[in-house]
Amino acid sequence: MSFLSQALRGGALALVLGAVAPIGAAQAEEIRTPMIAQGCAGCHGQSGVGTGSVPQIAGYGRDAFITTWESFRKDERPATIMNRIAPGYTDDEVAALADYFSQLR
Amino acid sequence: MNGFSNGFSPKLTRRHFGALLAGSAFTLAAPAILRADSGPRLVVIGGGFGGASAARFARISYPDVNVTLIEPYDSFVTCPYGNLILGGKRALPQITHSYDGLRARGVDVVQNRARDIDPVAKRVTLADDTRIAYDKLIVSPGIALRRDAIEGYDEAASEIFPHAWMGGDGSQISILRRQLEALPEGGVVGLAIPPNPFRCPPGPYERISMIAHHLKQHNPRAKILAFDAKDGFSKQGLFQDGWAELYGDMIEWIPASQDGTITAVDPQERVFISEFGERHKVDVGNVIPPQYAAAIARDTGLADDSGWVPVDPLTFAAEAAPDIHVIGDANIGSPMPKSGYVANSTSKQAVAAAIADLRGEAAPADPVYFNTCYSHLGDDYAVSVAAIFRKDGEGGIMATPDSGGLSPRGPLSELAYNRRREAEYADAWYDSITTDMFS
Repeated sequence: MSFLSQALRGGALALVLGAVAPIGAAQAEEIRTPMIAQGCAGCHGQSGVGTGSVPQIAGYGRDAFITTWESFRKDERPATIMNRIAPGYTDDEVAALADYFSQLR
Repeated sequence: MNGFSNGFSPKLTRRHFGALLAGSAFTLAAPAILRADSGPRLVVIGGGFGGASAARFARISYPDVNVTLIEPYDSFVTCPYGNLILGGKRALPQITHSYDGLRARGVDVVQNRARDIDPVAKRVTLADDTRIAYDKLIVSPGIALRRDAIEGYDEAASEIFPHAWMGGDGSQISILRRQLEALPEGGVVGLAIPPNPFRCPPGPYERISMIAHHLKQHNPRAKILAFDAKDGFSKQGLFQDGWAELYGDMIEWIPASQDGTITAVDPQERVFISEFGERHKVDVGNVIPPQYAAAIARDTGLADDSGWVPVDPLTFAAEAAPDIHVIGDANIGSPMPKSGYVANSTSKQAVAAAIADLRGEAAPADPVYFNTCYSHLGDDYAVSVAAIFRKDGEGGIMATPDSGGLSPRGPLSELAYNRRREAEYADAWYDSITTDMFS
């Protein structure tokens, strides 16, 4: 069995499970994490579920993610650290992050 | 994909699924029950921030790959948050992590020490002469202390003047904590701080802060003498502002240009001796010697004359040997700092690049590495430095221009909220990153 078809079978099973229950950390993990989003997990938790005071970003609306990111980038939105992080990513990278986190629902 | 005989439909449509797959690189979750004893063999030396992250990422992303993790200790004591033990804000069990989570993911955790690597035969030899074959090897062994850089600082000296700069079995940080608790009233705590490069640039200064936090409560007339082999340090403005704000004149920092470099110690007499021969009596002494890569990296020829391992910053492939990727503090990762977050962040690119090479594919293009270092100065008071690294277009990497940077400077009267939130975020970082390493 090729890697891709093996992956599709694993992914399909995960999608079925994801469809019948609210997204939780274990189910969120079944959705593939792009490399660009890996760095976020160090603060925002596995699959963006959040930890302690650091907010959940899993399920954040895609357009809202991009808008919020822009307001951090321009230092318009009160922030402790995201205003320093946001300028570090390109528009394409932010779009990929928005795609990923918004699909974790 | 759009329906199953049992009536359930997948939440994501085929189009969304395809869009996700079309991304430049992705990781794939898989049940831990999948074992692949006949698949490619990835061996990881070191079960710390780099190695544990690498092993876990590999099992999640590449279920067909056998992953073996070689680690001498039966659990991992983090250096991060070790300073909070000195400040009385954490206990050792709270910073000690089991490898059982990785075992549950199918990582073969071998409690042993790697003694040698044969890059031609592609085998690691352990301390007991067991040999483990690999297709790709991740080496994340951390640091070793250059004991010859400080005369008199032998192994026995570490019991009197602990370094507590490697987690080990937790004994070093525990010794230092007990010494602080037993400090005579009005006593002197000395630190000897190394030149660059060393593990965790802000670490010694968070340590000073946490020691001061303890002393302010329990021994307010005690003093801290911080002898530094450098003339500047990470987050210096923020630290010195905070020290003045929280600890008055308890802390004296002596830079190299004012004879702050400690070149010898006399543990029996409890004396630090400076470069120009000044003798400084201390009651408690924390000696953080100059450092280099751990022995496995040097003894096997991976490291160069600097004592650190040169690597390709886009794959972490070692320049010295094929099929070996070196991550974490042991490598030359400039401009990235030697931090746990960097080890964790870069581990994924290293694993992805290694597996891609096995499959005859290109490593993920345009990697982006991430770092945030938090430092606790007191209660509800932390500061940070953040950075995002990427290709510089000349084969190396750079900090992304006009991004990252330090927490704002200013008095608590203006920034108490920021300082408290950063302390909360630091706690969340610790939980999140150790989850990304061990769960």
